[in-house]
Amino acid sequence: MEFFRSHVLICGGTGCHSSGSADVMETFKTELAKNNLENEIKLVQTGCFGLCEVGPVVIVYPEGAFYSRITSDDVPRIVSEHLLKGRIVTDLLYHDSIHEDEIIKSLNEVGFYKKQERLALRNCGVIDPERIEEYIAFDGYKALGKALLEMTPEQTIDVIKASGLRGRGGAGFPTGLKWEFTAKAQGDKKYVCCNADEGDPGAFMDRSVLEGDPHSVLEAMTIAGYAVGSDQGYIYVRAEYPIAVNRLTIAIGQARESGLLGKNIFGTDFSFDIELRLGAGAFVCGEETALIASIEGKRGEPRPRPPFPAVKGVFGKPTLLNNVETYANIPQIILNGPEWFRSIGTEKSKGTKVFALGGKINNTGLVEVPMGTTLREIIYEIGGGIPKGKKFKAAQTGGPSGGCIPADHLDTPIDYDSLAQIGSMMGSGGLIVMDQDNCMVDIARFFLDFTVDESCGKCPPCRIGTKRMLEILDRITKGQGEEGDIEKLEELGKNIKSSALCGLGQTAPNPVLSTIHYFRDEYEAHIRDKKCTAGVCQALLQITILPEPCRGCGLCKKACPVDAISGERKSPHTIDQSKCIKCGACLEKCPFKAIVKG
Amino acid sequence: MKSLKELEEIKQRTLDSVNLRKDRSGGTRVVVGMATCGIAAGARPVLLAFLEEVKKRNLGDVTVSQTGCIGVCRLEPMVEITCPGEEKVTYVSMTADKVRRIVAEHLVNGQVVTEYTIGAAE
Repeated sequence: MEFFRSHVLICGGTGCHSSGSADVMETFKTELAKNNLENEIKLVQTGCFGLCEVGPVVIVYPEGAFYSRITSDDVPRIVSEHLLKGRIVTDLLYHDSIHEDEIIKSLNEVGFYKKQERLALRNCGVIDPERIEEYIAFDGYKALGKALLEMTPEQTIDVIKASGLRGRGGAGFPTGLKWEFTAKAQGDKKYVCCNADEGDPGAFMDRSVLEGDPHSVLEAMTIAGYAVGSDQGYIYVRAEYPIAVNRLTIAIGQARESGLLGKNIFGTDFSFDIELRLGAGAFVCGEETALIASIEGKRGEPRPRPPFPAVKGVFGKPTLLNNVETYANIPQIILNGPEWFRSIGTEKSKGTKVFALGGKINNTGLVEVPMGTTLREIIYEIGGGIPKGKKFKAAQTGGPSGGCIPADHLDTPIDYDSLAQIGSMMGSGGLIVMDQDNCMVDIARFFLDFTVDESCGKCPPCRIGTKRMLEILDRITKGQGEEGDIEKLEELGKNIKSSALCGLGQTAPNPVLSTIHYFRDEYEAHIRDKKCTAGVCQALLQITILPEPCRGCGLCKKACPVDAISGERKSPHTIDQSKCIKCGACLEKCPFKAIVKG
Repeated sequence: MKSLKELEEIKQRTLDSVNLRKDRSGGTRVVVGMATCGIAAGARPVLLAFLEEVKKRNLGDVTVSQTGCIGVCRLEPMVEITCPGEEKVTYVSMTADKVRRIVAEHLVNGQVVTEYTIGAAE
């Protein structure tokens, strides 16, 4: 056995990677070598720790020291002080990870982690995702062994059914039932597929699981293959996730080498193999029938259901299709039993849900909470609240398919049913926080713009309908809104929802409808008063100088790029509205707060 | 992979090397004083000797770490060993040879090497 007295865990997820963790890793390597510590200190590249806001994140064990925002320049100090002399470099630690007396808190005591329960992310940030042995050390592939050697396929399905697990891709269909339908479907060949085509803007839950713990998905798919009677799996993952694709490729190779994929797994007559299919990044390919078409090599377009994939899927054969996060829960349910899983969450939504926190929030990152946690707990306790003490306005869940949740509903427990009740949806887990500076009409326009772009064009309601809605929204944000626009949007939205072919079109009007429902006054202000209270819609903005506080210093005049400001020195200045391009440059320069926009 | 036993073997083999990453593991802690005084008195070879011995004997639940000045600089290199549920034992004037005996007697067999402790030196 190699014995290392200390492990340095460096986040290699996409978040930390883009803030420079690869350089940090390299510098650690050279610094350790320089100090002759390579044989004492182990460097481990892990998956996402969740706190992407303060990346690159480095954690040093056995102390559990949580270093945040580490650059290559910090590394020599950590090596010479902490690793060589044993003195923790306190000023580089994450601010919330030390007590006042400078004693290091255990990670579970840090505010960001305290309320979290990591099931799907259990190994993210703990193991090296590129070493199958580390996954096995944390009970990896034990569930597969248990299923193959001690359970029948029917028993395996019964356990998943009894656990109450529902699809984590957004719709929340009971997973066990899906497995049962596929198992009972007639067919000489069946397929098990994994939907890793995560396309919602701002969502990165699945990516983090694939990057941090790829084997958990492989193990779960193999168990599913055994349960439904399939010998071939496909993971449909987007090519824009290069790190995830790379780690999956390594993981599949290692699993094959160890005989955990391939022929006669665990000495039984069950054989199963998995291949990757790379998606080109079309949002619609996250829809199951379009995804299946894309796997077959056809254009990624949806088709009407039924028949459902469980009956007629990939190459016309019965196909089981689950989302990444759904799979990541499976091995633990098999190992710990359905009762354990049922004990977490609410009555109708069991287990946990991973959310990608983004927008106006202090702790941007990845969190996993038990179902039934309130939005307030996620935003204020885990997320650390809204930057600069601004006021919460709404949260958008479910991305372009979901809706917004206003401040009145902050205490709604988050699960599939209560979110649907207030006009939003669980979605795959994107959670975008908005504050007083966000214009809800503009947000609706942003999401609709996305779906119009991503519409495959097969069915008219989606192709033409969403385009018309976008045109109306564009007009409203440009100050050309008319009476009756809101009603038109509502009617179009309702019709598209009931007539579009697939999930993309059926949910596309949601952001518009839900913002109209909760923020109708903002729409009305745009249309009737030509005002954007949040000050976002450029065309509706007016920047003016208040004559009272203005001292005539001339700073604004100098800052203006289009010479729209005039006035004598030491007397109030004015802005020529016909010249003003509303860039706001003068606003930042004024030392007397005499310039306002609105 | 042919059997659960084979899987368990891989698990055990790797578990020892990842155990360290569990928060506040309950195993034995060996702490070497490595402030300027400790390093000057030769704490580094002592630390290395501990790593060597722990590796050789496959002692999975032992963590070896450093600390600053323990306070009695004239008795450096000093080492503190805490076994779960027992009082801390402080060894003084350590050398690599003493480490080998302490690992064999104290860490493996649970017998404190009294003659090397701070109590004996005082």
